[in-house]
Amino acid sequence: MKLVCPAGSLPALKAAVSEGADAIYVGFRDDTNARHFNGLNLDDRQLDEALQLIRQRGRQLYIAVNTYAQPQGWERWQRAVDRAADLGVDALIAADPGVLAYASQQHPDLNLHLSVQGSATNAQALAFYQQRYNIRRAVLPRVLSLAQVRQVAQSSSVPLEVFAFGSLCIMAEGRCHLSSYVTGESPNLCGVCSPAKAVRWQQEADGLSSRLGGVLIDRYRRDEPAGYPTLCKGRFVVDGQRYHALEEPTSLNTLDLLPDLQRIGVCAVKIEGRQRSPAYVQQVTRVWRQALDGLLAGRDVGDQAGTWQQTLSRLSEGSQTTLGAYHRSWQ
Amino acid sequence: MKLTLGPVLFYWSRPHLLQFYADMIEQPLQTIYLGETVCSKRRALSLDDWLGLARELRQQREVEVVLSGLALVEAASELSALKRLCDNGELMVEANDMGAVQLLAERQQPFVAGPALNLYNAHSLRELQQCGMQRWVPPVECSGRLLQDCLQQLDDLQVPRPEVELFAYGHMPLAYSARCFTARAENRPKDDCQFCCQNFAEGLLMESQEGEPLFTLNGIQTMSAKVCDLLPDYPALQASGVDRLRLSPRAEDMAAVIARYAAVCGGAQPPASSEGCNGYWYGQPGMLYVQQVSS
Repeated sequence: MKLVCPAGSLPALKAAVSEGADAIYVGFRDDTNARHFNGLNLDDRQLDEALQLIRQRGRQLYIAVNTYAQPQGWERWQRAVDRAADLGVDALIAADPGVLAYASQQHPDLNLHLSVQGSATNAQALAFYQQRYNIRRAVLPRVLSLAQVRQVAQSSSVPLEVFAFGSLCIMAEGRCHLSSYVTGESPNLCGVCSPAKAVRWQQEADGLSSRLGGVLIDRYRRDEPAGYPTLCKGRFVVDGQRYHALEEPTSLNTLDLLPDLQRIGVCAVKIEGRQRSPAYVQQVTRVWRQALDGLLAGRDVGDQAGTWQQTLSRLSEGSQTTLGAYHRSWQ
Repeated sequence: MKLTLGPVLFYWSRPHLLQFYADMIEQPLQTIYLGETVCSKRRALSLDDWLGLARELRQQREVEVVLSGLALVEAASELSALKRLCDNGELMVEANDMGAVQLLAERQQPFVAGPALNLYNAHSLRELQQCGMQRWVPPVECSGRLLQDCLQQLDDLQVPRPEVELFAYGHMPLAYSARCFTARAENRPKDDCQFCCQNFAEGLLMESQEGEPLFTLNGIQTMSAKVCDLLPDYPALQASGVDRLRLSPRAEDMAAVIARYAAVCGGAQPPASSEGCNGYWYGQPGMLYVQQVSS
C-alpha cells in the first residue's frame, strides 16, 4: 500500500519526501486543479526542482488536472496535460471525460488516475473510465462505507486509492454545488470550495461571526474555537434547532482501518491537504509512514498507535476526527 | 420550446405519486420523467410500478416517458437495480451516474444525460454522444454563457448538438452525500431512518442563524431553499439553444406553474420578474435573482 501525500508548495513537497511519502501530488498554478488557491501550487522552476528531488529519492510525482474544463480556456487544460506528459510525471490525476480522452489519445504512455472529483462510486462507473481512457487507478469519493469499498474492489479491476486523512468532504466529490450556490465559484469549475475571497469575519458584541458570500455560516462565543466557514460545516437552523445540520468541523482519520484497507486490496492511501503548511505535511506524513511500515512489516504497533492518534487529532479540524462514511454509524 | 416534467425528487407516498401523475397527464407536457433519483430506500413504487404507470400515462395521450436513474450509486444492490432499469426494454433512461452511462453504452441504448453528470464542455459531450447520449440536461450550475460556449464548441468540432433540456423551475438539486440529513435532523441513524423524509413533501428548510433560507434537506440530497425560476428569462433561453425546459415537481400548484410556462412558450409575454432565483444562468451565485434590464 503506497502513501500518497499532498504538496501545495516546494517546502511541503520536500517535507513529504523526507518523511517517506511514496508519491506526492501537486497542481499547476491555475484553475486546472481543484486547489486553485492564492499562493498555492508550483511554478515551472519549482516543478523542475521537485522532479529532480523525487527522481533522486526514488519517489513518484502525480499532477492533478482535476477540475472540469470549460470551452473558454479549453487550451489551458490541454496545455496542462501536455506539460504533465512532457515533465514525465508518474501519473496525471483527472476527472473530466474530455480531458481524459485528450490525455489518453495524445499521450498513451501517460499513467492516468481518475480523480476523486470524477465521483466514481461503483464498478460500472470505473469500467467506463477504464475502457475508454485506460485509467490505471481511481481515487474513491469519501462517501463509501468500508463494506462498499470492499464490494467495489471485488467487482472492479481498477486499482483503488482511498482517502486516509484530512479534511472531510461530506458530499460526494464532484457532486456538490453548495459553494457556487452561495459564492458563484465551485470545485468543479473553479477549483475552489467556499473561496477565501468570499469569507468575512466580524467581531460582534458577544463573539465572532463568519460569513460566506454574505451568508452567516456560524457565530462563535468568545470561548469557542472558530473554524474556516466551509458551507457544509456551519451551524444552521432546522425546525427551530441550531446545530451542525450537515457536518461538524472534523477531519477524516482512517488509521484504525489500515489493516482492513490492506486486506481489501486498496493500493494507495491518500492524505488530503495541498492547502496545508509544510509543517502539517511533515507531521502527518511521518505518522502515516510509521503506521504503514508497521503494518506492512506485520509488527504489533501497540502503544505507538495512541501517540499517532494524538498527533493526528492535534492536526485535525476542531481537534476532532471521524471514520466518516467508512463507518456506517456515522452515516 | 418543449416542456418536460422532471422526476419527483421528494419522497411521496404511493397514493400521492399516483394522484400527482393523474393530474400531470392533463397538463401540456411533452415529456414526463419517472423514477427515483435520490435514495434507493424509497420504494413507494417499484420498477414494475413505474413501468406500469408509464404505460397508463401513454395510453391516456401521446407523451414521452423517460425513466430516471439514481444519482449516487454505491451499494451492489443499487447497481443491480440500475441494471434492471437500463434493461427495462421500453423506455429511454436518464443517466445520473457514469455507471448508468456505461451500462447503457454496453446495451447500445440511447439515453438522456441528467443534471448530476459533470458535462461542462464539448469534448466531454462528444464522449457521451459516442456512448449514446441524445439529450443533455446541463448541471444546474451551468450558466447561459457556458451553455452557449459548449454548443459553439460542438459546432467547431463538427459534432451535432444534442437536444438541450435546461433545469428551469424548482428546488435545484445541489449535492449528494452518504449521510441522510433528514434522518440527522430527526435524530435517527440512517440505517433506521423510518423513512422520515416522507413527512416532508417538499423537504426540510435549513436556514442561517439569521433566518435566511439557505438549503432544503431532502434525505441524502441537499437542494436550494429558493426555487429556481427562469420564466422571466425565457427569451434568453430561447436564444441560447435551449430546446426544452425542465420543471421540477413541487408539492403544490404544479399545474399553475406549468400553465404559466406553457403560456409563455405559446407566445405570451414572459413575466417581468420572479420571486425565485436565476443567478446560475447569469454566472452569479445560484441563490441570487438577477433582474435583466430590457433594452
